[in-house]
Amino acid sequence: MSRLIRLDRTGHTEVASWTGSDEASQRAAIEAFRRELDEGMLASTTLPDGSAEVVRELPIDADLVVLRRPIAGG
Amino acid sequence: MPWRRRASERTLAKEGRIWTLWSAGVVLTFGLPAALLVWIEPLAFPVSAIFLGHGIAVLHLQARRGARGVKPIADPVSGPERTALGLLADLVGHDARALLRQTGLALERGRLGAWLVGQEGAILVRPGGRRVHCFCVRVGEADDLRAADRIAHLLLALREDEQGFATVANRNFSGARWRLRAELPRRIRPALRMAVRASLENGR
Repeated sequence: MSRLIRLDRTGHTEVASWTGSDEASQRAAIEAFRRELDEGMLASTTLPDGSAEVVRELPIDADLVVLRRPIAGG
Repeated sequence: MPWRRRASERTLAKEGRIWTLWSAGVVLTFGLPAALLVWIEPLAFPVSAIFLGHGIAVLHLQARRGARGVKPIADPVSGPERTALGLLADLVGHDARALLRQTGLALERGRLGAWLVGQEGAILVRPGGRRVHCFCVRVGEADDLRAADRIAHLLLALREDEQGFATVANRNFSGARWRLRAELPRRIRPALRMAVRASLENGR
């Protein structure tokens, strides 16, 4: 089960979840993903080497995609 | 931030040298007249000591600003805080998880050095472990975010683009490790020790 989560005031919220075999859940996750990006969120997924990358399309094969806000100098 | 030069090994080394020069300037500005005064009139030693003390205080204040910028997370009390901390613990590795629990800071190994990430800032220990850079950096519109989520935001941004992270962040101190350590709260000091260890491994 893959998850799309958003970091927010509740700690985090699961926006969508999907499995490789369930196309309906994938479509719903892609829609939710696009909606979040339209609202200004950034999506991040962890790579096998421990680094992360910003993604503009939902990586269906990822276990976890995290939605976060932009950062700025303090 | 297109107007800023992208951070790199070279720019970090250059900024470090500038900070060292500035610190040397402070020592000279206050130390030289103090020494001259004692040479001219040994009885003026108390005035000279006050003058020198002022210079030392400036150097301490610089390092303190860096030390106070990171803001570790406190022990979680509420449900959402625990939820946020759970996710952050999943994001960091096994060693970093224990350190996070102990010190409230997340340790991340990067190419520029070892990072300690807090709620509103980060400390970069350069390879070799002798020099540190302290940065102020925060999440945009973070008022409603939990402390651990703020760190998770910064950690992800750091993992995505380490050089970009160091470019966006505002540097508030750069100098010798011992200067920063002296100003860090006791709880955080083990994190600095671990970051130095990680930076030594990086330097090999």
